[in-house]
Amino acid sequence: MIRVNNIDKSFSGKKVLDDISVTFETGKTNLIIGRSGSGKTVLLKSIVGLHDIDNGEIWYEDVLFNKLDFKERKEIRKQMGMLFQGSALFDSMTTEQNVRFPLDMFTNKSMEEKTETVNFCLKRVDIINANKLFPAELSGGMKKRVAIARAIALNPKYLFCDEPNSGLDPITAILIDELIKEITEEYSMTTIVNTHDMNSVMEIGEKIVFINEGVKCWEGTKNEILKSDCEILNDFVFANSLAKQLRSS
Amino acid sequence: MLRFLSLFGQYFILLKKVFSKPEKGSIYYKQTMREMVYLGLNSVGIISVISFFMGSAITLQTAYNTENPIYPTYLIGLGCRDSIILEFSSTISALILAGKVGSNIASEIGTMRITEQIDALEMMGVNSASYIILPKLIATLVFNPLLTLLSITVGIIGGGMAGTLTGVITLQDFIYGIQYAFIPYYITYSIIKTLFFAFIITSVSAFQGYYVNGGSLEVGRASTKAVVFSSVLILLFNVILTQLLLS
Repeated sequence: MIRVNNIDKSFSGKKVLDDISVTFETGKTNLIIGRSGSGKTVLLKSIVGLHDIDNGEIWYEDVLFNKLDFKERKEIRKQMGMLFQGSALFDSMTTEQNVRFPLDMFTNKSMEEKTETVNFCLKRVDIINANKLFPAELSGGMKKRVAIARAIALNPKYLFCDEPNSGLDPITAILIDELIKEITEEYSMTTIVNTHDMNSVMEIGEKIVFINEGVKCWEGTKNEILKSDCEILNDFVFANSLAKQLRSS
Repeated sequence: MLRFLSLFGQYFILLKKVFSKPEKGSIYYKQTMREMVYLGLNSVGIISVISFFMGSAITLQTAYNTENPIYPTYLIGLGCRDSIILEFSSTISALILAGKVGSNIASEIGTMRITEQIDALEMMGVNSASYIILPKLIATLVFNPLLTLLSITVGIIGGGMAGTLTGVITLQDFIYGIQYAFIPYYITYSIIKTLFFAFIITSVSAFQGYYVNGGSLEVGRASTKAVVFSSVLILLFNVILTQLLLS
């Protein structure tokens, strides 16, 4: 479980996150939704410690994460996996080396054991015969899959995904969403996904938090989201003409 | 002024991160070997070509300026040797490397920054500054002095060939000149300068790349800044080190 209490974050005097409190539950796919520029990525990066918050608390189980220094955070970071918006695979490494990287860095496993884990992770995300390919040779969907494989290589307790299906076609996007949901249940992880894609919300959203201009406006489940009386949320959810038609019918 | 002090402070904070204890020595060793090939071995060609022609030009210019029969011709060899060792092989090579290696480092790290690869490292609990920059620093500090020695050798060979082929000096006189009144400390001086320059090129370029904020345009600007700042600092430290080491 990850708990965020009253966090604030500003950049050059401009408040990007304003008094956000939310609890992300274990074994569930927790979604942070909102328009582009609403503060989703800043919130996610603050939770993982890539941005230092101005005020508030970030708890990982019973550990106050934001008060730990770089060395102390390391232990918790080994239990985290993150899928970045642009995949963030290391350009100079092959697919196999990318997935093996956390194992090389933080374990004392033999090369055979590491190769076995790498192959298992790649198979789990349906990447076959691409071990020796470099990121530049992979498609967008494959890059996301490899990034997920790298994120789960150390068998993490927490998985963070920043816009996992941005730039993907609708079918591949759904496949990536399903993969995230399956992995979350399989490993019983606390997963937080940032998205503005309503398909993802309806597909995998178990707990949903809506952010608008750095403020938490709503939280609930995917069944509740369609019946919400939050005006800003409804503008977001029913933004396209198809959704508007469905709502009026 | 305030901005300059802020940049200066940021540079030293980065250096502190770079020189913290590596996570896993074996990985850093592999990275360092890789960087030696990319930043060092791949520069052998350009350094050799430039040094050869530099040595040739110095010999011909020295010959042109010492046409007076009072001067013995072996002084052309001596002049060529001292110019190459004292100044050209360390400083000019460093300026060339600031362009080649410096822009490479800044653009590589800058691209890693804007594509969130640095965030990915930090996220895993890896000290990204140390993991990315330390191997580059070690590689250039080890390899650049070898490039300077190569440059001295090739430069003198170039000078000898240009001198003898154009007939301004005989090979015997040139060889006598390069051996005449040789001061071994000049080599030490040249190597010390190279070490300083290698540190400047790598750390300044890495600093420019590491703090890139934006997109490809900013990466390009960071590369340009890396070359400009490194070159200015190389010339500045050239003066300071010459005063300190030769006076």
